[in-house]
Amino acid sequence: MAVMTPTTLPLGRTLSLQAVRVLLLLVFAFPIVFMFVSSFKPDAQIFADLTSWRAFVPVGDISLDNYRGVFDRVPAGRMLMNSIGVSTITVVLGIFVNSLAAFALSRMRWRGQRVILTGIIATLIVPFETFALPLVWWINKLPWLEMQGFRLVLTEGWLDTYQVQVLPFVANAFSIFLFYQYFSSIPRELDEAARVDGASWFGIYRRIVMPLSGPAVATVAILTFLPAWNSYLWPLMVVQSEEYRPVMVGIQYFFQLNVAWGQVMAYASMITVPVLALFLAFQRAFIGSIASAGVKG
Amino acid sequence: MPDIKPDTMTETGRAPGVTSAPRGADHANARPGVAKAPRQRRHRGHTGEALLALAMTTPAVVLLLVFFVVPVALMFGLAFTNARLISPRPAEFTGTENFTMLFGDSLFWASLRNTAYFAVVVVPVQAGLALVLAMLVNAKVRGRNFFRTVYFIPVVTSMVVVSLLWRFIYEPDGLLNQLISTVSFGAWEGTDWLNNPSTAMPAIMIMSIWQAVGFHMVIWLAGLQTIPGDLYEAAALDGASGWRLFRNVTWPSLLQTRTFVLITITIAAFSLFTQISVMTQGGPLDSTTTVVFMAVRTGYEQHATGYAAAVSLVFFVIVLTISLVQRFLTRERA
Repeated sequence: MAVMTPTTLPLGRTLSLQAVRVLLLLVFAFPIVFMFVSSFKPDAQIFADLTSWRAFVPVGDISLDNYRGVFDRVPAGRMLMNSIGVSTITVVLGIFVNSLAAFALSRMRWRGQRVILTGIIATLIVPFETFALPLVWWINKLPWLEMQGFRLVLTEGWLDTYQVQVLPFVANAFSIFLFYQYFSSIPRELDEAARVDGASWFGIYRRIVMPLSGPAVATVAILTFLPAWNSYLWPLMVVQSEEYRPVMVGIQYFFQLNVAWGQVMAYASMITVPVLALFLAFQRAFIGSIASAGVKG
Repeated sequence: MPDIKPDTMTETGRAPGVTSAPRGADHANARPGVAKAPRQRRHRGHTGEALLALAMTTPAVVLLLVFFVVPVALMFGLAFTNARLISPRPAEFTGTENFTMLFGDSLFWASLRNTAYFAVVVVPVQAGLALVLAMLVNAKVRGRNFFRTVYFIPVVTSMVVVSLLWRFIYEPDGLLNQLISTVSFGAWEGTDWLNNPSTAMPAIMIMSIWQAVGFHMVIWLAGLQTIPGDLYEAAALDGASGWRLFRNVTWPSLLQTRTFVLITITIAAFSLFTQISVMTQGGPLDSTTTVVFMAVRTGYEQHATGYAAAVSLVFFVIVLTISLVQRFLTRERA
């Protein structure tokens, strides 16, 4: 029997495997294609097209009416801005806070670093869902300083704010771990040389280690952005008003007040396109970051 | 880089004049020491370095304390109280009352059963399918990057969007039922998938696997690519092929990846919430309620924080036990 390495498979099997790949491609792509295509069609046509190939092609009565309908009914623009703001700030703060901690833990020598590192890594095994409810109770009691006019006022409770959507997700054990791993691969001789030239530790962090850590920054950015953009359980509980509502909670409320499927598909497409565009533009980084999560975890 | 022993570090750290030296002066002192071993320079900066390092870790540590350690501790504390989300009265200690109530609560047992059902099916099926996909796109064929990208698209699509989309697919007159009747020329008819207690959970399982399988495909793929090619060549020389090649070379080489895939899928499966919240709200007839869904219902919608903390604590113990057992089992085999 022939050796079955990938290159020496018989032609018949190669072809049937390729057929399987194409079939799976359709299974994964069609629901998404259907969503985009339907977002341009009136409801009657969505249902009429279901029985044929037309369901997956933008043909017939194509318009942006569904999109207009979404903006007429709810402040979708506001919710999009909320989600963009919350995810961006979470990513930026996350990169800074976690890389700083990882830098101190991996490159400097001090007492207690082992203990802190172990403590941080230990938090990895506890999923967020287990302590989400006690956390709701807890953030409802936390104080915050707020500007009211020209006076700083102490307020209690973080429900219906932006900080409640950002701060709990800034420090992340996994991000620290990824940075730690990456930093440890950068030669320490560079630090020594910089110290000789009079660089401070913060200077080494900012001008040597961080500029060399592009891939780690990209990985952490992606792994922070995706859950922030897609977050649902947490804002569902801590954000009531439309003013602070992010898109994922927004679309669920939207769905509940209206079952015009075309509009739901339009809303769904709007909040999927930004992530999908980012994914297609930075595919290699996306897939690489997930892969590195697996290999290192 | 020589390792510096902590005891020598403390000794030099205590040396007067160095401890109090500001950072700028420290650098100035370091300059003449260039010719000496790097070890020397490190010693001088020790106290300043330690303080600075502590300051650099502080933001992360404080945030983890406030948003991780405190709520986890609160979960243990509140589970034994009658705390309510919004209440003028302070919480009172009620002993194990929450747990007595919980173990007599049929909704809790239904939630536990449904969650276990979901996990028992989804964990092996999703892990297995992901491995099949990984092997399909790992072969050197045309367009494998394209296939990989498309298989991965659902992963970057939010579970809320996916759930709404599949709600439409599962509608009585939705995409799936139209497909079934078209393919069978009207001979078969689908059902109202999400409103039928026996099909609601399987429907959610299929959708969940569809959404997440690409994630684990990528992880298996990373594992597959770490297997050195000569291992396959050596095995092939010994006459191994096909299935035997997979069983004797591929599978044993994937031990670490396997542990990671199993643990992440299991934890995700036990945390099942979004799909339920968007698609069925636990129904029909409690056939899709889950542990996290129940915790949110009681703790958030009914404001019973103490009771929800008890549910969370049970959930926490289960997840922890399972991941420890999985880690132990996969380690034993190594």
